[in-house]
Amino acid sequence: MAEPLLEARGVVKRFGHVHALQGADFTAFAGEVVALIGDNGAGKSTLVGVLSGVLAPDGGEIRIDGAPVRFGGPQDARRHGLETVYQDLSLAQDLDAPANLYLGRELVRGGLLGRIGVLDRPAMRREAVRAFAELGVTLKDPSAPVAALSGGQRQSVAVARAVAFANRVIFLDEPTAALGVVQRARVLETVRRVADRGICVVLISHNMPEVLSVADRVEVLRLGRRVASLRGAETTIEELVGAMTGSLDRAADPAPSAQVASAPASPATDSAPGPGRPDAEPRTVGAAGTTWAEAAEATEAATPARPATPQQPEHQRAEDEEAR
Amino acid sequence: MTTTRPEGLQPAAENGVLADAPAGAADGAASPSLLRRAASVSELWTFLILAALVAFFTIAAPGKFFTTYDLTQIAVNAAIYLVLGVGMTYVVITAGIDLSIGSVLVLAAVAAGEYNIHHGGAGAGWGTVAVCVVIALVVGAAWGALQGVVVATEKVPPLIVTLGGLGAALGIAELATGGQDPADAAATNLQNTLGYGKLLGIPWLVILAAAVTLVFGLVLGTTRFGTHTFAIGSNPAASRRAGIRVGRHLVKVYALMGLLAGLGAVMWLASYGTTSIAGHSTDNLKVITAVVLGGTSLFGGRGSVLGTVIGVFIPAVLSTGLIVIGVQQYWQDVAVGVVLVAAVYIDQMRRRTRERS
Repeated sequence: MAEPLLEARGVVKRFGHVHALQGADFTAFAGEVVALIGDNGAGKSTLVGVLSGVLAPDGGEIRIDGAPVRFGGPQDARRHGLETVYQDLSLAQDLDAPANLYLGRELVRGGLLGRIGVLDRPAMRREAVRAFAELGVTLKDPSAPVAALSGGQRQSVAVARAVAFANRVIFLDEPTAALGVVQRARVLETVRRVADRGICVVLISHNMPEVLSVADRVEVLRLGRRVASLRGAETTIEELVGAMTGSLDRAADPAPSAQVASAPASPATDSAPGPGRPDAEPRTVGAAGTTWAEAAEATEAATPARPATPQQPEHQRAEDEEAR
Repeated sequence: MTTTRPEGLQPAAENGVLADAPAGAADGAASPSLLRRAASVSELWTFLILAALVAFFTIAAPGKFFTTYDLTQIAVNAAIYLVLGVGMTYVVITAGIDLSIGSVLVLAAVAAGEYNIHHGGAGAGWGTVAVCVVIALVVGAAWGALQGVVVATEKVPPLIVTLGGLGAALGIAELATGGQDPADAAATNLQNTLGYGKLLGIPWLVILAAAVTLVFGLVLGTTRFGTHTFAIGSNPAASRRAGIRVGRHLVKVYALMGLLAGLGAVMWLASYGTTSIAGHSTDNLKVITAVVLGGTSLFGGRGSVLGTVIGVFIPAVLSTGLIVIGVQQYWQDVAVGVVLVAAVYIDQMRRRTRERS
C-alpha cells in the first residue's frame, strides 16, 4: 500500500468565532483525481487554502509523502510541488500569457544582466508555448495580454501554469464554474490527462455529475470535517448529496462503512444542497463535542446545522485505490 | 514599452483544445493582427497628438517654432517633470498615486540648501556639492519609503498617505527655513555645470533626464522588477499568491518616486539656484497629467515610460507653441485639461469593453 502523497490530519482553522475546519482530514494519492465536495460553508475552500499554504492552520498537521510539513506561505507549498488553480484564476490580466505562466518565478538572462533581473522573454515565451501545447492549447498570439483572451483560454493559461510547475498536487477550485459545455469537457479531459502523468489532482466542485465523471475518489466535507470518502465509480449523486447534507446519517449505523453503503431509502434522493430537514437536528445536539451554536456558526450557510458526530471517516475505500 | 513586441512565432494552428472557437470572430474585423495591435497601443495615440501639435505649430509659425533654441527650451523645461514622471509612472502602474512629490522636492532642496549655506554658500567646493546631492537623494528616498511603508503595511489608501505627506513635507521645509527661500542654497559650481552646462550643445539637465528615463524605462520594460510592478497593479492578490512580496515591492516603488523627487530637487537647485518653497504646489498635478496622457492607467497594470515622455512633452510643446504663435498661453491649461479627461475616458471605455468580453 503506497503512502498518501498528501495528507491532512485533524486540521483546525478558526476565523474569529467561526470554526471553519474542526479537525478535518484529507488524503490524496499520486496519479488520482480526488474530488473534494461539500455544501457551502462546509470548509472546502478553507481546507484547500490550508493545504496550498495560503492559510495557516490553527491545529492539525499536513504530511507530504508521510513527512510533516509546515507552509509559511503559498510559495512554500509551491516549492513542494503543490500548485493551485484558483477560482478567480489568479491571473494578472494586463500581462501576457508567458508572463503569467512565470509570474513570481521569471526566467532571467545569464550573466550580469540576469543578476540585475533582466528577463529572458524569448525563453519564457518558448517554454510557455510548449507548456500550452502539451495541454493541447494553442494561443493565437502569446504576447497578447491575458485580458484579451476568451474565458476558456484564460482558464487554460491558469491550468497550464499549475501543470507546468506542479510535480505532486494540483488543486482546482471550481475550475469549470465559468465555462461553457465544450470548454468544461476539455478541462475535465485535461484533468484526467494530468492525473495520468502521476500527479494528484484535487478537484473542488459543486457539480455532482462532473465529479462522478472524472473523480477516482470523492472526499466529502461537512461542518469542517471529512464525513465520507467514496470511490467515484461506486457512488451515486444521491449518496454524495446525502453525505454532504448529512441526511444519510439518520440511516447510518455506527459502522464506519455505513457511509458508503447505499441507502436507497434515504430521503436524500429529492434533496438538492440547501435548506433541509431540521427535524434531524435535535436528536444529536450535545452528542458531539461541539455545541450546536458553534456548528451553526461554522456553516453560516443553508445547510441544516447539525453537529458532526465524532464518526471516523472511512479510510478503507481510499486504501483500496492503488496509488502508483 | 512592454506592450509592443514584434509579431513572431505565430503558431500555425488556430484555436487549441481549450481555446473556444469564436475567439477570433469576437474581435470583429478580420484586420491584420499587427495593425490591430498597433492601434491598441496607447502610446501611439498620444504620440500622434504630439506629432500633430508639433506639425501645427511648425506650419503656423514657420521658421519660428521648430528651432534648436525652442527645442532646447522645451527639453530643459520638461527635464524635471520627466524625471518626476518616470517615478510617477511606476507608482501609477501599481494602481497607486503620489501627491506629495512637489513637497518632497522642496523638502529635499531645503535639506540640501541648508547644508550648502553652512558649508560655503554660493562659493562652496565640490565636496559640499557632492554631499548636497547625496542629502537631497537620501531625503527624497527616505520620505518616499516612509510613505510606501504606510501604504503597503497599514493599508491606508495612497491618495491619503501622500496627501498627508504633501502637507507634512512642505510644513517641515517651511519650519526649517521660516517660510523664506534661503539665499545661497545652491553652489555656483553646481549651477555652472548641471544647471547651465552643455555637452555637445545639449544641456546636462536634458542628458541627465534622458539617462534616467532610459534606465528606468528599461527596468520597467525588461526586468523582473518591472514585471512585478505591472503584476501588482494588475492583480495584487494573484501577485501575492505567486510569491511576489507585494508590500516590499510597493515600498521600493514609492522610495524610487522619492529618490527621483530628490534628484528633481538637485536639478531645480542647479537650474534656478533657489529652493522655491512656494513654487511646487502643482507639480503633482502636472506630473500625474503627463503620466495619464501617456496612456498609463490610473487603475494600474498598464503604462509605459515612453508614454510618459510623450505625455510630458504635450504640455511643454503646447505652452511654447502658443507663445510662438501669439496666443495667450493660458489656453494651454484648457487644452491639457480637455485632453486629460478624454484620455481617462478612453481608458475607462477600454476597460469596460474588456470586462464585457
